[in-house]
Amino acid sequence: MIPLVTGQEVTFWIVAPLMVLGALGLLFLRKAVYAALSMAFVMVNLAVLYASLNAMFLTFVQIIVYTGAIMMLFLFVLMLVGVDTPDSVVETLKGQKVAAWLAGAGMLGLIVFGIGGSLAGGPQVGLDEANAAHGGNVESLAALIFGRHVFVFELTSALLITAAVGAMVLGQHARVRPKPTQRDLAEKRMREYAEDGVHPGTLPNSGVIARHNGIAVPALLPDGTVSEASVSQALAMRGVILDSPALSRTTAEAFEAIEGARAEEDES
Amino acid sequence: MSPDNYLYLAAILFTIGTIGVMIRRNALVAFMSVELMLNAANLAMVAFALARGGLDGQVATFFVMVVAAAEVVVGLSIIITIYRTRRSTSVDAANLLKL
Amino acid sequence: MITLETLVPATGLFSYAWLMIVVPAVVAAVLLLFGSILDRIGHWLAVAAVLVSFTVAAILFVQLLGADPESRAVSVPLFEWITTGMWNVKAGLLVDQLSILFAMLITGVGALIHIYSVGYMAHDERRRRFFAYLNLFIAAMLILVLADNYLVLFVGWEGVGLASYLLIGFWQYKPSAAAAAKKAFVMNRVGDLGMTMAIMSMLALFGSSSFTDVNSGAAHLTPFWATTIGLLLLLGACGKSAQVPLQAWLLDAMEGPTPVSALIHAATMVTAGVYLVVRSHEIFGMSDAASTAVVVVGCVTLLAGAWIGTSKDDIKKVLAGSTMSQIGYMMLAAGLGPVGYAFAIFHLLTHGFFKANMFLGAGSVMHAMDDDVNMRHYGALAKVTRITFWTFAMGYLAIIGFPGLAGYFSKDHIIEAAFEVSTLAGVCALVGAGITAFYMTRLMLMTFFGEKRWRPGVHPHESPLVMTVPLIILAFFSVIAGALMNWWIQEWLEPAVGNHVHEVSLVPGPIGWATLAVVAAGVALSWWLFGTKPIPDVAPASANPFTVAGRNDLFGDAINDTLVVQPTLLAARGLVATDDKLIDAAANGVGTMFAGLSSQTRRLQTGQVRSYALTMTIGVLLVGAVLILTQLG
Repeated sequence: MIPLVTGQEVTFWIVAPLMVLGALGLLFLRKAVYAALSMAFVMVNLAVLYASLNAMFLTFVQIIVYTGAIMMLFLFVLMLVGVDTPDSVVETLKGQKVAAWLAGAGMLGLIVFGIGGSLAGGPQVGLDEANAAHGGNVESLAALIFGRHVFVFELTSALLITAAVGAMVLGQHARVRPKPTQRDLAEKRMREYAEDGVHPGTLPNSGVIARHNGIAVPALLPDGTVSEASVSQALAMRGVILDSPALSRTTAEAFEAIEGARAEEDES
Repeated sequence: MSPDNYLYLAAILFTIGTIGVMIRRNALVAFMSVELMLNAANLAMVAFALARGGLDGQVATFFVMVVAAAEVVVGLSIIITIYRTRRSTSVDAANLLKL
Repeated sequence: MITLETLVPATGLFSYAWLMIVVPAVVAAVLLLFGSILDRIGHWLAVAAVLVSFTVAAILFVQLLGADPESRAVSVPLFEWITTGMWNVKAGLLVDQLSILFAMLITGVGALIHIYSVGYMAHDERRRRFFAYLNLFIAAMLILVLADNYLVLFVGWEGVGLASYLLIGFWQYKPSAAAAAKKAFVMNRVGDLGMTMAIMSMLALFGSSSFTDVNSGAAHLTPFWATTIGLLLLLGACGKSAQVPLQAWLLDAMEGPTPVSALIHAATMVTAGVYLVVRSHEIFGMSDAASTAVVVVGCVTLLAGAWIGTSKDDIKKVLAGSTMSQIGYMMLAAGLGPVGYAFAIFHLLTHGFFKANMFLGAGSVMHAMDDDVNMRHYGALAKVTRITFWTFAMGYLAIIGFPGLAGYFSKDHIIEAAFEVSTLAGVCALVGAGITAFYMTRLMLMTFFGEKRWRPGVHPHESPLVMTVPLIILAFFSVIAGALMNWWIQEWLEPAVGNHVHEVSLVPGPIGWATLAVVAAGVALSWWLFGTKPIPDVAPASANPFTVAGRNDLFGDAINDTLVVQPTLLAARGLVATDDKLIDAAANGVGTMFAGLSSQTRRLQTGQVRSYALTMTIGVLLVGAVLILTQLG
């Protein structure tokens, strides 16, 4: 008997390689944001697989809860803690990478040949009958969740409440020392000036030149050089600040003119 | 179609998640690897549900998702707290377990 | 078969017998707790307490005299003491012919000694404390003799041990006194070990420790257990009564103030051993071996004590040796069985009077000689301290057994009874009487007669009335106590101790004449040696082994040292060495091993989360592999 190629199989063979690729992205992409995106990709693909496995309810839960909520939470946190610090490629733990790959290979072998091998085979029964019992996949799931598993379901509500409270407690910023007053801050500033020579005044504003008042334009010092302190560090790291020679050129020209005039005066 | 292929896929994903936990130093990425492992397990359960003709696998998957949501909330809070005090999300930096 | 005494429940005045014990105990507590505000009147309070006890004892005695002989043993139940699953120990008092005599002796002599102490301790800063201890002793001693079972007796037994310890070490700033107190305490512990084991055996065998139960149950004892309990009791008695082999503490106990020596270490506490043996007469009656042991101990001690008495120059140590010797007589009598019980108690009572008399007299002499105890520094005191001399002389005549005086009756009876049972014991007792006469005469001659050998600056004087009046009263009883009780005590004690009544007469029998002759010989020899020649100022060096042994307390300390102390120290050192070298080394070795192992294992703990994840993964792999492999197998 020639096996029929079903839609399920087609879907699987398209989606599965993509999922593996996405998962590998988790391993190899150095920037955490890319890793998160590839993870989201895996999850969406997983939702597709759920659909092909007759699990319509889970398909949407997967997209809404996992991809929509959990992965977005990850992205938020990534933005909070800074997206600009890629993983270092230098392995600090000796032999960790090799050992990890070996252990991974062992794990794969264990699952596939051990557990998987003992369960594989057998025809698919299909869910039509189970779904039909209550008039559809969602209804049948609901009957199970609110029927046989209702106690577990109630427990999960307690778990979610606990998790929410826990997250709030952890997120709360407990003040360990009293808030510094203006006087403290002033004294601290003077102390830093006395000890380390830190300039006690405000930092120079950006964009003092009339032509450019954007925050990406550094201030010019009296000698025409650019003051690095006048622009945001983040902008400087990204390299989006204005080119400094172009800015200082006007000053340099003015200086030259003044010098020229002085020279003429001296000659005369 | 037998569930074998799904199981192989789930095994591969699970293994990748395991390796991710072990080699990635960014706590967030390691955490995502854990999520990947959970998803792999979910896939296996849904595949079995279809193969065995029962909905219990799907119910279990549902509960796993709920628990994963709770876990992620708390886990991310912890990561933020660590980041606040140590200015880093590298798990190597958090070797406070050692005296 | 010995008739057992039957107890009658307490009625009327008897139910107040506990007052005898409680009054001195409370006064002792008050004196100790209320501090210096009682310094001025504390001693009279203590005297009053003992007089109250004496009055109660006297009233009860008169009541018993009036009662018919069958109802003279009165039991006074007090309270339930220990109630556990198997045991139900009731604390109660037993007022019978034996215990009331003891109570009379303790409170009577005790009261006199209290009064004497008022004068003797007049210049001591801590007189109040001294009297508190004396009262504590009286209370404990009364518990000992009035108890109706061995456990309560043991409470008093330990109480007098404590009081004795406190009083021997009363001048604890003197190292010798502190050491003597410790020595007495430790040696008494050896005896107490025997005592406790005996009590436990009784509890195990009879299920009760009351005298009635034990004495009635003794008849059913196997010979082995009768002997065991008897020997254990004897061990306890030896410890308390300073009998060989536990005699060494008594001589050192003379470091305490002299009234203490008189009250505790001569008249009352040291006789507790005799009391114990007489109380347990049924047990000793069941075992020939045990009663023979008592006789042997008595004979050895009476000779050893007398021997020590002959060669000491310290007046109190001579008297201490004499005490040992006289208690040896009592032990001997108690060991003779029914024939001797009454005589043991008889001698105990007369000895209580005349030995207290002489000890207090010695205290008076010391008082006169600025606390010098060396008899070689005395001499010719008869003229200076007349009352002390005459009262002491009464005690002297009583102890050597001058016809008509107290010791004559009591000691001669013991010697006669000893000859009845065993010639050897009789000869020992007879020889002991001679030696007693010898050393007591020596003491008299060196102290009161001869030339003045006083140290320069010593001006002897008679003691105040408060000290001499007790001396006179005691001397009076030393004279008449024997005649008073001679015809009466045997019948009186018969129901309580089960003795056999002997015919006694004033005219001595052959043994009586022999005793008189031996005593006379002892006196004459002593007179020839010490009365006719001047006494050297320091003890002459002597190679005579008897003298050397006597001066060294028969090497009692050396024997203890060699037999007990050194082996103990050696064993202790061995154990310490074993502990250090073997057990500690093993323990330390294990510790070092684990420390080394740990410092190696510690490297595994990097604190790196990813390492831990790796370890976990490998662990899962191993567990999974094992599971699969076992499935395959």
